[in-house]
Amino acid sequence: MVIGLAHYLTLAAILFTLGIFGIFLNRRNVIVILMSIELMLLAVNVNMVAFSVWLGDLSGQVFTLFILTVAAAESAIGLAIMVVYFRNRGSIAVEDINSMKG
Amino acid sequence: MTALPDFAPAIPEIVLAVASLALLLVGAFKGDGSTRLVSWLGTAALAVVLVLVWANTGDKALTFGGMFIADRFASFAKCLILIASGITLVISQDYLKLERMDRPEYAVLVLLATLGMLMLVSANDLMSLYLGLELMSLSLYVVAAFRRDAVKSSEAGLKYFVLGALGSGLYLYGASLVYGFTGTTSFTQIATTVGNGPSIGLIAGLVFVMASLAFKVSAVPFHMWTPDVYEGAPTSVTAFFAVAPKIAALCLMVRVLVGPFGPLVDQWQQVVVFISLASMILGSFAAVVQKNIKRLLAYSSIGHVGFALVGLASGTEEGVRGVLAYLAIYLFMNLGTFACVLAMKAGGRMVEDIKDLSGLSRTNPLMALCLAAFMFSMAGVPPLAGFFGKLYVFMAAVHAGLYALSIIGVLASVVAAYYYLRVVKIMYFDEPAEAFDRGQSGVIRFVMAASAVIIAIVIPLALQPMTHAAQAAAATLFLG
Repeated sequence: MVIGLAHYLTLAAILFTLGIFGIFLNRRNVIVILMSIELMLLAVNVNMVAFSVWLGDLSGQVFTLFILTVAAAESAIGLAIMVVYFRNRGSIAVEDINSMKG
Repeated sequence: MTALPDFAPAIPEIVLAVASLALLLVGAFKGDGSTRLVSWLGTAALAVVLVLVWANTGDKALTFGGMFIADRFASFAKCLILIASGITLVISQDYLKLERMDRPEYAVLVLLATLGMLMLVSANDLMSLYLGLELMSLSLYVVAAFRRDAVKSSEAGLKYFVLGALGSGLYLYGASLVYGFTGTTSFTQIATTVGNGPSIGLIAGLVFVMASLAFKVSAVPFHMWTPDVYEGAPTSVTAFFAVAPKIAALCLMVRVLVGPFGPLVDQWQQVVVFISLASMILGSFAAVVQKNIKRLLAYSSIGHVGFALVGLASGTEEGVRGVLAYLAIYLFMNLGTFACVLAMKAGGRMVEDIKDLSGLSRTNPLMALCLAAFMFSMAGVPPLAGFFGKLYVFMAAVHAGLYALSIIGVLASVVAAYYYLRVVKIMYFDEPAEAFDRGQSGVIRFVMAASAVIIAIVIPLALQPMTHAAQAAAATLFLG
Protein backbone atom coordinates (compact mmCIF):
# COMPACT_ATOMS: atom_id res chain seq x y z
CA MET A 1 0.00 0.00 0.00
CA VAL A 2 1.28 3.41 -0.91
CA ILE A 3 0.84 6.07 1.73
CA GLY A 4 -0.55 9.09 -0.08
CA LEU A 5 -1.79 12.58 0.64
CA ALA A 6 -5.21 11.34 1.79
CA HIS A 7 -3.64 9.28 4.58
CA TYR A 8 -1.73 12.25 5.92
CA LEU A 9 -4.77 14.47 5.77
CA THR A 10 -6.87 11.88 7.60
CA LEU A 11 -4.23 11.53 10.28
CA ALA A 12 -4.04 15.31 10.70
CA ALA A 13 -7.82 15.61 10.85
CA ILE A 14 -8.01 12.91 13.54
CA LEU A 15 -5.26 14.52 15.62
CA PHE A 16 -6.83 17.96 15.27
CA THR A 17 -10.23 16.66 16.38
CA LEU A 18 -8.62 14.90 19.33
CA GLY A 19 -7.03 18.20 20.28
CA ILE A 20 -10.35 20.06 20.19
CA PHE A 21 -12.10 17.35 22.19
CA GLY A 22 -9.23 17.39 24.64
CA ILE A 23 -9.91 21.05 25.35
CA PHE A 24 -13.67 20.75 25.78
CA LEU A 25 -14.21 17.31 27.29
CA ASN A 26 -11.35 17.42 29.76
CA ARG A 27 -12.58 18.09 33.30
CA ARG A 28 -9.37 17.61 35.23
CA ASN A 29 -6.29 19.58 34.55
CA VAL A 30 -5.17 22.69 32.71
CA ILE A 31 -1.94 20.99 31.67
CA VAL A 32 -4.00 18.55 29.61
CA ILE A 33 -5.47 21.57 27.83
CA LEU A 34 -2.00 22.85 27.01
CA MET A 35 -1.12 19.41 25.63
CA SER A 36 -4.29 19.45 23.52
CA ILE A 37 -3.39 22.85 22.08
CA GLU A 38 0.04 21.51 21.18
CA LEU A 39 -1.58 18.48 19.54
CA MET A 40 -3.74 20.75 17.38
CA LEU A 41 -0.75 22.76 16.21
CA LEU A 42 1.21 19.62 15.39
CA ALA A 43 -1.72 18.23 13.42
CA VAL A 44 -1.63 21.42 11.37
CA ASN A 45 2.08 20.89 10.81
CA VAL A 46 1.44 17.41 9.41
CA ASN A 47 -1.13 18.94 7.07
CA MET A 48 1.25 21.68 5.96
CA VAL A 49 4.18 19.39 5.28
CA ALA A 50 2.00 16.87 3.46
CA PHE A 51 0.54 19.55 1.21
CA SER A 52 3.95 21.10 0.71
CA VAL A 53 5.44 17.82 -0.54
CA TRP A 54 2.40 17.03 -2.65
CA LEU A 55 2.43 20.46 -4.28
CA GLY A 56 6.20 20.57 -4.63
CA ASP A 57 6.12 24.03 -3.07
CA LEU A 58 8.34 25.05 -0.17
CA SER A 59 6.21 27.72 1.47
CA GLY A 60 4.23 25.12 3.43
CA GLN A 61 7.39 23.96 5.13
CA VAL A 62 8.43 27.54 5.87
CA PHE A 63 5.01 28.01 7.45
CA THR A 64 5.65 24.91 9.56
CA LEU A 65 8.85 26.41 10.93
CA PHE A 66 6.97 29.57 11.91
CA ILE A 67 4.26 27.51 13.59
CA LEU A 68 6.84 25.54 15.59
CA THR A 69 8.53 28.75 16.74
CA VAL A 70 5.33 30.50 17.73
CA ALA A 71 4.00 27.34 19.41
CA ALA A 72 7.07 27.34 21.67
CA ALA A 73 6.43 30.95 22.68
CA GLU A 74 2.77 30.19 23.16
CA SER A 75 3.35 27.30 25.54
CA ALA A 76 5.90 29.34 27.48
CA ILE A 77 3.32 32.06 28.02
CA GLY A 78 0.58 29.54 28.76
CA LEU A 79 2.66 27.81 31.42
CA ALA A 80 3.62 31.16 32.94
CA ILE A 81 -0.01 32.26 33.21
CA MET A 82 -0.86 28.87 34.68
CA VAL A 83 1.81 29.24 37.37
CA VAL A 84 0.46 32.69 38.26
CA TYR A 85 -3.04 31.24 38.48
CA PHE A 86 -1.87 28.36 40.67
CA ARG A 87 -0.21 30.77 43.10
CA ASN A 88 -3.46 32.67 43.54
CA ARG A 89 -5.93 29.81 43.56
CA GLY A 90 -3.88 26.85 44.79
CA SER A 91 -5.31 24.56 42.13
CA ILE A 92 -5.24 24.04 38.39
CA ALA A 93 -8.27 21.78 38.16
CA VAL A 94 -10.51 22.87 35.29
CA GLU A 95 -13.66 22.76 37.43
CA ASP A 96 -12.11 25.26 39.88
CA ILE A 97 -11.77 27.95 37.20
CA ASN A 98 -15.16 29.46 37.97
CA SER A 99 -14.84 32.71 39.90
CA MET A 100 -16.75 34.57 37.17
CA LYS A 101 -20.12 33.55 35.78
CA GLY A 102 -23.12 34.97 33.95
CA MET B 1 18.68 37.65 -6.18
CA THR B 2 19.79 38.93 -2.79
CA ALA B 3 18.48 42.44 -3.28
CA LEU B 4 17.08 43.92 -0.09
CA PRO B 5 13.30 44.34 0.06
CA ASP B 6 11.82 47.79 -0.09
CA PHE B 7 11.49 48.93 3.52
CA ALA B 8 9.65 52.16 2.84
CA PRO B 9 6.04 50.86 3.09
CA ALA B 10 6.83 49.22 6.44
CA ILE B 11 8.60 52.17 8.06
CA PRO B 12 5.88 52.76 10.71
CA GLU B 13 6.03 49.14 11.85
CA ILE B 14 9.82 49.14 11.91
CA VAL B 15 9.88 52.31 14.00
CA LEU B 16 7.36 50.87 16.44
CA ALA B 17 9.30 47.59 16.74
CA VAL B 18 12.57 49.39 17.45
CA ALA B 19 10.86 51.77 19.89
CA SER B 20 9.25 48.95 21.87
CA LEU B 21 12.54 47.07 22.14
CA ALA B 22 14.34 50.24 23.23
CA LEU B 23 11.66 50.88 25.86
CA LEU B 24 12.02 47.31 27.07
CA LEU B 25 15.71 48.04 27.66
CA VAL B 26 14.91 51.30 29.48
CA GLY B 27 12.44 49.44 31.68
CA ALA B 28 14.87 46.61 32.36
CA PHE B 29 17.76 48.90 33.30
CA LYS B 30 15.90 51.51 35.32
CA GLY B 31 13.49 49.21 37.12
CA ASP B 32 9.97 49.90 38.33
CA GLY B 33 10.71 53.57 38.92
CA SER B 34 10.72 54.17 35.19
CA THR B 35 7.05 53.25 34.62
CA ARG B 36 5.88 56.79 34.04
CA LEU B 37 8.79 57.55 31.74
CA VAL B 38 8.25 54.37 29.71
CA SER B 39 4.50 55.03 29.46
CA TRP B 40 4.97 58.55 28.18
CA LEU B 41 7.73 57.53 25.79
CA GLY B 42 5.49 54.71 24.56
CA THR B 43 2.66 57.16 23.95
CA ALA B 44 5.10 59.43 22.14
CA ALA B 45 6.26 56.51 20.00
CA LEU B 46 2.65 55.73 19.08
CA ALA B 47 2.13 59.38 18.16
CA VAL B 48 5.23 59.37 15.95
CA VAL B 49 4.06 56.18 14.25
CA LEU B 50 0.64 57.75 13.73
CA VAL B 51 2.28 60.68 11.96
CA LEU B 52 4.36 58.28 9.84
CA VAL B 53 1.28 56.27 8.86
CA TRP B 54 -0.52 59.49 7.99
CA ALA B 55 2.40 60.72 5.90
CA ASN B 56 2.81 57.34 4.19
CA THR B 57 -0.82 57.08 3.13
CA GLY B 58 -0.92 56.59 -0.57
CA ASP B 59 -1.42 54.11 -3.32
CA LYS B 60 -1.02 50.40 -2.86
CA ALA B 61 2.57 49.30 -2.15
CA LEU B 62 3.67 45.69 -1.76
CA THR B 63 6.92 44.64 -0.16
CA PHE B 64 8.73 41.66 1.44
CA GLY B 65 7.92 39.44 -1.51
CA GLY B 66 4.28 40.51 -1.57
CA MET B 67 3.70 39.52 2.07
CA PHE B 68 3.15 43.04 3.33
CA ILE B 69 0.74 45.53 1.84
CA ALA B 70 0.37 49.23 2.56
CA ASP B 71 -2.73 50.86 1.12
CA ARG B 72 -5.39 53.36 2.13
CA PHE B 73 -7.46 50.69 3.83
CA ALA B 74 -4.52 49.69 6.01
CA SER B 75 -3.70 53.32 6.76
CA PHE B 76 -7.24 54.08 7.88
CA ALA B 77 -7.30 51.05 10.17
CA LYS B 78 -3.83 51.81 11.52
CA CYS B 79 -4.77 55.36 12.43
CA LEU B 80 -7.75 54.09 14.45
CA ILE B 81 -5.63 51.43 16.16
CA LEU B 82 -2.84 53.85 17.06
CA ILE B 83 -5.28 56.41 18.47
CA ALA B 84 -6.94 53.68 20.54
CA SER B 85 -3.66 52.32 21.92
CA GLY B 86 -2.21 55.74 22.64
CA ILE B 87 -5.25 56.98 24.52
CA THR B 88 -5.73 53.80 26.53
CA LEU B 89 -2.07 53.97 27.52
CA VAL B 90 -2.53 57.54 28.75
CA ILE B 91 -5.74 56.97 30.72
CA SER B 92 -4.46 53.80 32.39
CA GLN B 93 -1.53 55.40 34.20
CA ASP B 94 -3.33 56.49 37.36
CA TYR B 95 -5.25 53.25 37.52
CA LEU B 96 -2.06 51.22 37.31
CA LYS B 97 -0.55 53.23 40.12
CA LEU B 98 -3.63 52.89 42.32
CA GLU B 99 -3.80 49.13 41.82
CA ARG B 100 -0.02 48.78 42.30
CA MET B 101 0.56 47.43 38.83
CA ASP B 102 2.81 50.25 37.69
CA ARG B 103 5.52 48.25 36.04
CA PRO B 104 7.20 49.35 32.82
CA GLU B 105 6.39 46.08 31.03
CA TYR B 106 2.78 47.19 30.72
CA ALA B 107 3.52 49.89 28.18
CA VAL B 108 5.96 47.65 26.32
CA LEU B 109 3.35 44.89 26.03
CA VAL B 110 0.75 47.37 24.78
CA LEU B 111 3.26 48.59 22.18
CA LEU B 112 4.04 45.04 21.04
CA ALA B 113 0.35 44.19 20.81
CA THR B 114 -0.15 47.34 18.74
CA LEU B 115 2.70 46.30 16.47
CA GLY B 116 0.96 42.95 15.98
CA MET B 117 -2.26 44.75 15.06
CA LEU B 118 -0.48 46.94 12.52
CA MET B 119 1.06 43.82 10.97
CA LEU B 120 -2.36 42.22 10.95
CA VAL B 121 -4.09 44.91 8.93
CA SER B 122 -1.16 45.03 6.51
CA ALA B 123 -0.93 41.28 6.00
CA ASN B 124 -1.10 40.06 2.42
CA ASP B 125 -0.14 36.46 3.04
CA LEU B 126 -1.38 33.67 5.30
CA MET B 127 2.03 33.58 6.97
CA SER B 128 2.37 37.27 7.76
CA LEU B 129 -1.24 37.23 8.96
CA TYR B 130 -0.38 34.43 11.39
CA LEU B 131 2.68 36.21 12.75
CA GLY B 132 0.75 39.45 13.28
CA LEU B 133 -2.12 37.58 14.91
CA GLU B 134 0.17 35.78 17.33
CA LEU B 135 2.24 38.84 18.20
CA MET B 136 -1.01 40.57 19.12
CA SER B 137 -2.56 37.62 20.95
CA LEU B 138 0.50 36.61 22.95
CA SER B 139 0.94 40.17 24.26
CA LEU B 140 -2.76 40.37 25.09
CA TYR B 141 -2.74 37.11 27.08
CA VAL B 142 -0.01 38.55 29.27
CA VAL B 143 -1.66 41.94 29.87
CA ALA B 144 -4.96 40.20 30.74
CA ALA B 145 -3.14 38.42 33.58
CA PHE B 146 -1.13 41.51 34.44
CA ARG B 147 -2.46 41.80 37.97
CA ARG B 148 -0.47 38.86 39.22
CA ASP B 149 -1.83 38.81 42.77
CA ALA B 150 -5.53 38.69 41.85
CA VAL B 151 -7.40 35.45 41.18
CA LYS B 152 -9.77 37.15 38.75
CA SER B 153 -7.08 38.67 36.58
CA SER B 154 -5.07 35.47 36.32
CA GLU B 155 -8.24 33.52 35.62
CA ALA B 156 -9.09 35.99 32.86
CA GLY B 157 -5.61 35.51 31.43
CA LEU B 158 -5.91 31.74 31.57
CA LYS B 159 -9.33 31.65 29.91
CA TYR B 160 -8.24 34.10 27.25
CA PHE B 161 -5.13 32.07 26.61
CA VAL B 162 -6.91 28.74 26.21
CA LEU B 163 -9.66 30.05 23.94
CA GLY B 164 -7.28 32.34 22.04
CA ALA B 165 -4.95 29.42 21.38
CA LEU B 166 -7.94 27.39 20.20
CA GLY B 167 -8.79 30.24 17.83
CA SER B 168 -5.24 30.32 16.49
CA GLY B 169 -5.35 26.55 16.02
CA LEU B 170 -8.54 26.86 13.98
CA TYR B 171 -6.95 29.58 11.87
CA LEU B 172 -3.91 27.40 11.17
CA TYR B 173 -5.99 24.39 10.20
CA GLY B 174 -7.99 26.57 7.85
CA ALA B 175 -4.82 28.13 6.46
CA SER B 176 -3.35 24.69 5.80
CA LEU B 177 -6.46 23.67 3.84
CA VAL B 178 -6.48 26.92 1.88
CA TYR B 179 -2.79 26.45 1.12
CA GLY B 180 -3.30 22.85 0.06
CA PHE B 181 -6.23 23.53 -2.24
CA THR B 182 -4.88 26.70 -3.84
CA GLY B 183 -1.17 25.87 -3.78
CA THR B 184 -0.16 29.27 -2.42
CA THR B 185 -0.25 31.34 0.75
CA SER B 186 -0.26 34.74 -0.95
CA PHE B 187 -3.57 36.61 -0.90
CA THR B 188 -2.98 37.96 -4.39
CA GLN B 189 -2.54 34.49 -5.87
CA ILE B 190 -5.31 32.96 -3.77
CA ALA B 191 -7.66 35.51 -5.30
CA THR B 192 -6.79 34.43 -8.84
CA THR B 193 -7.03 30.71 -8.01
CA VAL B 194 -10.33 31.12 -6.17
CA GLY B 195 -11.76 32.92 -9.19
CA ASN B 196 -11.55 29.65 -11.17
CA GLY B 197 -14.27 28.09 -9.05
CA PRO B 198 -14.27 26.84 -5.45
CA SER B 199 -13.46 23.33 -4.32
CA ILE B 200 -14.98 21.76 -1.23
CA GLY B 201 -11.63 21.69 0.60
CA LEU B 202 -11.14 25.40 0.00
CA ILE B 203 -14.55 26.21 1.42
CA ALA B 204 -13.83 24.08 4.48
CA GLY B 205 -10.60 26.04 4.94
CA LEU B 206 -12.46 29.33 4.55
CA VAL B 207 -14.95 28.29 7.23
CA PHE B 208 -12.13 27.46 9.66
CA VAL B 209 -10.43 30.80 8.97
CA MET B 210 -13.72 32.64 9.49
CA ALA B 211 -14.35 30.80 12.75
CA SER B 212 -10.98 31.87 14.08
CA LEU B 213 -11.51 35.48 13.03
CA ALA B 214 -14.91 35.38 14.74
CA PHE B 215 -13.05 34.23 17.87
CA LYS B 216 -10.76 37.23 17.69
CA VAL B 217 -13.56 39.76 17.20
CA SER B 218 -15.67 37.89 19.80
CA ALA B 219 -18.66 37.36 17.54
CA VAL B 220 -21.33 34.82 18.52
CA PRO B 221 -21.00 31.75 18.61
CA PHE B 222 -17.35 32.27 19.59
CA HIS B 223 -17.94 34.96 22.20
CA MET B 224 -17.93 32.90 25.40
CA TRP B 225 -14.55 34.17 26.59
CA THR B 226 -15.45 37.85 26.26
CA PRO B 227 -17.54 38.61 29.39
CA ASP B 228 -15.22 36.72 31.73
CA VAL B 229 -12.07 38.24 30.28
CA TYR B 230 -13.52 41.76 30.31
CA GLU B 231 -14.67 41.40 33.90
CA GLY B 232 -11.54 39.74 35.22
CA ALA B 233 -8.86 41.74 33.46
CA PRO B 234 -7.73 45.02 35.04
CA THR B 235 -10.02 47.85 33.89
CA SER B 236 -7.33 49.64 31.90
CA VAL B 237 -6.65 46.39 30.04
CA THR B 238 -10.37 45.92 29.38
CA ALA B 239 -10.45 49.40 27.88
CA PHE B 240 -7.62 48.37 25.58
CA PHE B 241 -9.24 45.02 24.66
CA ALA B 242 -12.56 46.59 23.85
CA VAL B 243 -11.19 48.89 21.20
CA ALA B 244 -7.84 48.30 19.48
CA PRO B 245 -7.81 44.50 18.95
CA LYS B 246 -11.46 44.57 17.86
CA ILE B 247 -10.75 47.19 15.21
CA ALA B 248 -7.69 45.28 14.00
CA ALA B 249 -9.46 41.94 13.83
CA LEU B 250 -12.55 43.37 12.12
CA CYS B 251 -10.44 45.15 9.51
CA LEU B 252 -8.52 41.94 8.97
CA MET B 253 -11.76 40.03 8.53
CA VAL B 254 -12.87 42.57 5.93
CA ARG B 255 -9.57 42.33 4.08
CA VAL B 256 -9.49 38.53 4.04
CA LEU B 257 -13.09 38.06 2.98
CA VAL B 258 -13.25 40.86 0.43
CA GLY B 259 -9.71 40.39 -0.91
CA PRO B 260 -8.57 36.80 -1.53
CA PHE B 261 -12.00 35.27 -0.94
CA GLY B 262 -13.93 37.99 -2.74
CA PRO B 263 -15.05 35.65 -5.54
CA LEU B 264 -16.58 33.34 -2.92
CA VAL B 265 -18.93 36.05 -1.65
CA ASP B 266 -21.98 33.79 -2.09
CA GLN B 267 -20.40 31.22 0.18
CA TRP B 268 -19.23 33.48 3.01
CA GLN B 269 -22.11 35.91 2.93
CA GLN B 270 -24.53 33.52 4.61
CA VAL B 271 -22.02 32.77 7.37
CA VAL B 272 -21.41 36.48 8.02
CA VAL B 273 -25.16 37.13 8.06
CA PHE B 274 -25.59 34.39 10.65
CA ILE B 275 -22.81 35.52 13.01
CA SER B 276 -23.89 39.13 12.64
CA LEU B 277 -27.50 38.31 13.55
CA ALA B 278 -26.50 36.07 16.43
CA SER B 279 -24.09 38.69 17.81
CA MET B 280 -26.63 41.50 17.64
CA ILE B 281 -29.32 39.43 19.34
CA LEU B 282 -27.12 37.96 22.06
CA GLY B 283 -25.40 41.28 22.69
CA SER B 284 -28.80 42.90 23.23
CA PHE B 285 -30.53 40.30 25.37
CA ALA B 286 -27.71 39.01 27.53
CA ALA B 287 -26.63 42.49 28.61
CA VAL B 288 -30.04 43.27 30.10
CA VAL B 289 -29.43 41.27 33.27
CA GLN B 290 -25.86 42.40 33.95
CA LYS B 291 -24.90 44.16 37.18
CA ASN B 292 -21.21 44.73 36.53
CA ILE B 293 -20.44 47.62 34.20
CA LYS B 294 -17.46 45.85 32.59
CA ARG B 295 -19.60 42.79 31.87
CA LEU B 296 -22.29 45.03 30.46
CA LEU B 297 -19.75 46.65 28.15
CA ALA B 298 -18.51 43.21 27.12
CA TYR B 299 -21.97 42.24 25.89
CA SER B 300 -22.37 45.67 24.39
CA SER B 301 -19.16 45.18 22.41
CA ILE B 302 -20.41 41.81 21.17
CA GLY B 303 -23.50 43.61 19.92
CA HIS B 304 -21.41 46.32 18.25
CA VAL B 305 -19.38 43.68 16.42
CA GLY B 306 -22.66 42.29 15.14
CA PHE B 307 -23.69 45.72 13.84
CA ALA B 308 -20.33 46.28 12.16
CA LEU B 309 -20.59 42.86 10.51
CA VAL B 310 -23.91 43.90 8.96
CA GLY B 311 -21.83 46.14 6.70
CA LEU B 312 -19.48 43.31 5.80
CA ALA B 313 -22.41 40.97 5.15
CA SER B 314 -23.57 43.19 2.31
CA GLY B 315 -20.23 42.47 0.63
CA THR B 316 -20.20 45.77 -1.25
CA GLU B 317 -17.94 48.79 -1.26
CA GLU B 318 -20.65 50.74 0.52
CA GLY B 319 -20.80 48.07 3.20
CA VAL B 320 -17.05 48.20 3.81
CA ARG B 321 -17.28 51.98 4.03
CA GLY B 322 -19.98 51.50 6.65
CA VAL B 323 -17.80 49.11 8.65
CA LEU B 324 -14.91 51.59 8.68
CA ALA B 325 -17.12 54.53 9.66
CA TYR B 326 -18.75 52.38 12.37
CA LEU B 327 -15.35 51.44 13.77
CA ALA B 328 -14.17 55.07 13.83
CA ILE B 329 -17.26 56.05 15.82
CA TYR B 330 -17.04 52.96 18.03
CA LEU B 331 -13.49 53.95 18.90
CA PHE B 332 -14.46 57.27 20.47
CA MET B 333 -17.64 55.99 22.15
CA ASN B 334 -15.78 53.19 23.87
CA LEU B 335 -12.70 55.18 24.82
CA GLY B 336 -14.94 57.76 26.47
CA THR B 337 -17.03 55.14 28.27
CA PHE B 338 -13.96 53.41 29.62
CA ALA B 339 -12.50 56.73 30.73
CA CYS B 340 -15.68 57.06 32.82
CA VAL B 341 -15.30 53.51 34.16
CA LEU B 342 -11.70 54.29 35.10
CA ALA B 343 -12.99 57.30 37.03
CA MET B 344 -15.34 55.13 39.14
CA LYS B 345 -13.31 55.24 42.30
CA ALA B 346 -14.97 55.45 45.72
CA GLY B 347 -13.22 55.45 49.08
CA GLY B 348 -9.81 55.04 47.43
CA ARG B 349 -10.64 51.85 45.50
CA MET B 350 -12.20 51.02 42.16
CA VAL B 351 -15.87 50.09 42.00
CA GLU B 352 -17.52 48.51 38.99
CA ASP B 353 -21.18 47.88 39.81
CA ILE B 354 -23.77 49.72 37.76
CA LYS B 355 -25.63 50.73 40.92
CA ASP B 356 -22.53 52.59 42.10
CA LEU B 357 -23.45 55.14 39.45
CA SER B 358 -26.72 56.02 41.26
CA GLY B 359 -27.39 59.72 41.39
CA LEU B 360 -24.18 60.56 39.60
CA SER B 361 -25.87 63.58 38.03
CA ARG B 362 -25.92 65.25 41.44
CA THR B 363 -22.50 64.20 42.71
CA ASN B 364 -20.57 64.59 39.47
CA PRO B 365 -22.63 66.29 36.75
CA LEU B 366 -19.87 66.48 34.12
CA MET B 367 -19.15 62.75 34.24
CA ALA B 368 -22.86 61.93 34.24
CA LEU B 369 -23.41 64.12 31.19
CA CYS B 370 -20.52 62.54 29.29
CA LEU B 371 -21.55 58.98 30.18
CA ALA B 372 -25.14 59.76 29.20
CA ALA B 373 -23.91 61.01 25.83
CA PHE B 374 -21.93 57.78 25.28
CA MET B 375 -24.90 55.62 26.28
CA PHE B 376 -27.27 57.50 23.96
CA SER B 377 -24.72 57.25 21.17
CA MET B 378 -24.24 53.50 21.68
CA ALA B 379 -27.99 53.05 21.66
CA GLY B 380 -28.03 54.88 18.30
CA VAL B 381 -30.05 57.94 19.22
CA PRO B 382 -29.73 60.74 16.66
CA PRO B 383 -28.05 63.21 16.33
CA LEU B 384 -25.18 61.48 18.16
CA ALA B 385 -22.45 59.75 16.19
CA GLY B 386 -23.56 56.20 17.00
CA PHE B 387 -26.73 56.74 15.00
CA PHE B 388 -24.78 57.53 11.84
CA GLY B 389 -22.60 54.45 12.24
CA LYS B 390 -25.69 52.25 12.39
CA LEU B 391 -27.29 54.19 9.54
CA TYR B 392 -24.36 53.53 7.19
CA VAL B 393 -24.21 49.78 7.81
CA PHE B 394 -27.95 49.26 7.60
CA MET B 395 -28.21 51.39 4.48
CA ALA B 396 -25.58 49.22 2.82
CA ALA B 397 -27.43 46.07 3.88
CA VAL B 398 -30.72 47.38 2.49
CA HIS B 399 -29.06 48.29 -0.81
CA ALA B 400 -27.64 44.78 -0.97
CA GLY B 401 -31.12 43.34 -0.50
CA LEU B 402 -30.57 41.96 3.01
CA TYR B 403 -33.93 43.14 4.34
CA ALA B 404 -34.43 40.50 7.03
CA LEU B 405 -30.96 41.17 8.46
CA SER B 406 -31.62 44.92 8.61
CA ILE B 407 -35.02 44.61 10.23
CA ILE B 408 -33.86 42.16 12.89
CA GLY B 409 -30.78 44.31 13.47
CA VAL B 410 -32.82 47.44 14.06
CA LEU B 411 -35.12 45.53 16.43
CA ALA B 412 -32.07 44.23 18.32
CA SER B 413 -30.80 47.77 18.69
CA VAL B 414 -34.13 48.75 20.24
CA VAL B 415 -33.70 46.02 22.85
CA ALA B 416 -30.13 47.18 23.43
CA ALA B 417 -31.40 50.71 24.01
CA TYR B 418 -33.11 49.39 27.15
CA TYR B 419 -29.93 48.69 29.05
CA TYR B 420 -28.12 51.77 27.79
CA LEU B 421 -31.00 53.94 28.91
CA ARG B 422 -31.16 52.09 32.23
CA VAL B 423 -27.65 53.36 32.97
CA VAL B 424 -28.82 56.90 32.21
CA LYS B 425 -31.90 56.41 34.41
CA ILE B 426 -29.76 55.17 37.30
CA MET B 427 -27.47 58.17 36.98
CA TYR B 428 -30.20 60.78 36.74
CA PHE B 429 -33.21 59.50 38.70
CA ASP B 430 -31.93 57.22 41.44
CA GLU B 431 -31.01 58.26 44.98
CA PRO B 432 -27.32 59.19 45.11
CA ALA B 433 -24.97 56.44 46.23
CA GLU B 434 -21.60 57.12 47.79
CA ALA B 435 -20.02 59.90 45.75
CA PHE B 436 -16.94 59.10 43.72
CA ASP B 437 -13.63 60.41 44.95
CA ARG B 438 -12.79 63.94 43.93
CA GLY B 439 -9.62 64.80 42.15
CA GLN B 440 -9.80 62.46 39.18
CA SER B 441 -6.78 62.88 37.04
CA GLY B 442 -6.99 65.67 34.52
CA VAL B 443 -6.12 63.30 31.69
CA ILE B 444 -9.13 61.08 32.32
CA ARG B 445 -11.46 64.06 32.56
CA PHE B 446 -10.00 65.45 29.37
CA VAL B 447 -10.46 62.17 27.44
CA MET B 448 -14.00 61.86 28.78
CA ALA B 449 -14.98 65.37 27.74
CA ALA B 450 -13.11 65.30 24.44
CA SER B 451 -14.70 61.99 23.40
CA ALA B 452 -18.12 63.30 24.34
CA VAL B 453 -17.54 66.42 22.23
CA ILE B 454 -16.30 64.31 19.34
CA ILE B 455 -19.28 61.96 19.28
CA ALA B 456 -21.87 64.62 20.02
CA ILE B 457 -20.61 67.52 17.92
CA VAL B 458 -17.50 66.89 15.80
CA ILE B 459 -18.50 63.66 14.01
CA PRO B 460 -22.12 64.68 13.26
CA LEU B 461 -20.81 67.97 11.82
CA ALA B 462 -17.84 66.45 10.02
CA LEU B 463 -19.53 63.39 8.55
CA GLN B 464 -18.49 64.33 5.03
CA PRO B 465 -14.70 64.19 5.51
CA MET B 466 -14.94 61.03 7.62
CA THR B 467 -17.04 59.09 5.15
CA HIS B 468 -14.83 60.41 2.40
CA ALA B 469 -11.75 58.89 4.04
CA ALA B 470 -13.64 55.65 4.73
CA GLN B 471 -14.83 55.61 1.12
CA ALA B 472 -11.29 56.02 -0.22
CA ALA B 473 -10.10 53.25 2.12
CA ALA B 474 -12.90 50.89 1.10
CA ALA B 475 -12.38 51.56 -2.60
CA THR B 476 -8.79 50.24 -2.50
CA LEU B 477 -10.09 46.79 -1.58
CA PHE B 478 -12.38 46.63 -4.58
CA LEU B 479 -9.94 47.83 -7.24
CA GLY B 480 -8.48 44.31 -7.45
